[in-house]
Amino acid sequence: MSYYRNLSIAQKQIAWAWGFLAIPVVFYALIRFYPTGNAIVLAFQDWNLLGDRTWAGLDNFDKLVADPVFWIVFKNTFVYLLLGTPVSLLIAFAIAFHLDRVRFMHGFIRALYFLPFLTSAVAMAWVWRWFYQPVPIGLFNNFLSTLGIPQISFLNSTTNALPAILAPAIWAGLGFQIIIFMAGLRSIPQTYYEAARIDGVSGWTVLTEITLPLLKPTMVFLVVFSSIGFLRIFDHVFNMTTNNPGGPLNSTKPMVLMIYDTAFNGYDMGYAAAQTVVLFTVLLIVSLLQLFLLRSR
Amino acid sequence: MAAGQSIKPVSDALLEVKRPPVPRSYGQYIRWLLLFSGGVLMVMPIAYMLSASFKYPFELYNLNLIPEEPTIENYTYVLEDGRFYQWFINSMVIAVITTISNVLFDSLVGYTLCKFRFPGRMFVFIAILSTLMIPTEMLIIPWYLMSKSFGWLDSYWGIMFPGLMTAFGTFLMKQFFETVPDDFIEAARIDGLNELQIWWTVAMPLVKPALAALAIFVFLGNWTAFIWPLIVTNDQSLYTLPIGLTTFSVEQQVEWELIMTGAALATIPTLIVFLIFQRYIIRGVVMAGLKG
Repeated sequence: MSYYRNLSIAQKQIAWAWGFLAIPVVFYALIRFYPTGNAIVLAFQDWNLLGDRTWAGLDNFDKLVADPVFWIVFKNTFVYLLLGTPVSLLIAFAIAFHLDRVRFMHGFIRALYFLPFLTSAVAMAWVWRWFYQPVPIGLFNNFLSTLGIPQISFLNSTTNALPAILAPAIWAGLGFQIIIFMAGLRSIPQTYYEAARIDGVSGWTVLTEITLPLLKPTMVFLVVFSSIGFLRIFDHVFNMTTNNPGGPLNSTKPMVLMIYDTAFNGYDMGYAAAQTVVLFTVLLIVSLLQLFLLRSR
Repeated sequence: MAAGQSIKPVSDALLEVKRPPVPRSYGQYIRWLLLFSGGVLMVMPIAYMLSASFKYPFELYNLNLIPEEPTIENYTYVLEDGRFYQWFINSMVIAVITTISNVLFDSLVGYTLCKFRFPGRMFVFIAILSTLMIPTEMLIIPWYLMSKSFGWLDSYWGIMFPGLMTAFGTFLMKQFFETVPDDFIEAARIDGLNELQIWWTVAMPLVKPALAALAIFVFLGNWTAFIWPLIVTNDQSLYTLPIGLTTFSVEQQVEWELIMTGAALATIPTLIVFLIFQRYIIRGVVMAGLKG
């Protein structure tokens, strides 16, 4: 204690700071950095969990490039992204834009849109899976048959299954996007709109010249946030295709499911690690793109 | 969120900003009607899930939301199984402990990085920030290997350890501690409080809204977490609710009313919490989303 008393104020500060950081620094080193290094090293090794880890050089990556399933999975992952992000952001913006102008029961309507965001993906995946069943079980096909429209095969079709799985993922994320858009809309000073009104500017011009440009930071944030979400889609796919994960015929399999399969059903740890390195690279590029987009202009 | 620091901070009370009244017009009525219908459509999957959980199988397939012959037999059946209680408790314990850990450690680290000047500060800050770039999916294999060799498989600790601290939370808290004036801390120091007391009794009460936002985000994230608990648990008595629900639903195969009852049991607690804390949850999500 007397030793502590002899320290200068600045030295005491240093001692306290590192005291506070001691446990977290150990945590980040052991639970974040060490595993990251381990995953990267493993990507260049061959290991089935039982034998020894042996060096494989670029074998895992060569195998990946030559694997037709990987390219299907790679394409699926980007279809989830390229379909999910624009569709969900367009719907969310349209709803936020109009909800911003509604006063009567505003809070209640907002709550209705937000509620699905709080549900667990697993529970809702099963609810939607039930909706998608053929007549007489599934709600959607029952509804179609009352209208006299022929049945649609959702989860058993190689073309329809992916959008059918994407739909609940978009649905669940809308609430968050709407709330963030509304906060962004409200951060635009009202005076801009008043000035535009005095100048007699049309509603469309106000939208394209004032609202959208000023909403850019919000938009970039949401694009990246939801892109990363869609690139990492797993819960919905896993639960809606439990009888044949990623099926039919791999038509819904995203990268994370392939990683899961390779590692925990095939026990091909090196190959799975190589896949995670690819996923990491893709996510990194998306994040860096955000930095770039925010910096320009 | 990666590079979230470049998003300009937005007040947490933004959604409460008063806006000028909208003049009444036909267009306005139509707008309201469309938005309201859209909102009702949004909650339909949840409504049909709840409705199905009170239906007998023979009624399941009609489109009525209100069952003609409501029954609670599905609930008695699912709860008699007993596993749901266990899964609920597991999920609750894990989400609560993880939330407490994040609230304490993320804010302590955020506070230290914000209010202390010491060698290595920038290094620690950038190191923690850089972990935002690392996706969980890349870490699950090493975490699994780690858990396997340390005997953490099939244990609460095994499920929890990866999420006990997050860079997201640390960064969020650091942002909010910036708003605490240094004078307050200096004054407390002169009053003879030690640094731990200053953090806990002076700084922490000033960032309560941010702590609430962080707690909501961490709790929700852990309550619905899927891939890691799926990998680290094998023993059914240690499953969390989402993993249990998957297992239960696969077992039931085509008994959709039972699957919907299980899904409802996993969803109802969230619905209740949301109805009570709606304002705080939405505000917390805005804060965490825009500042994190």
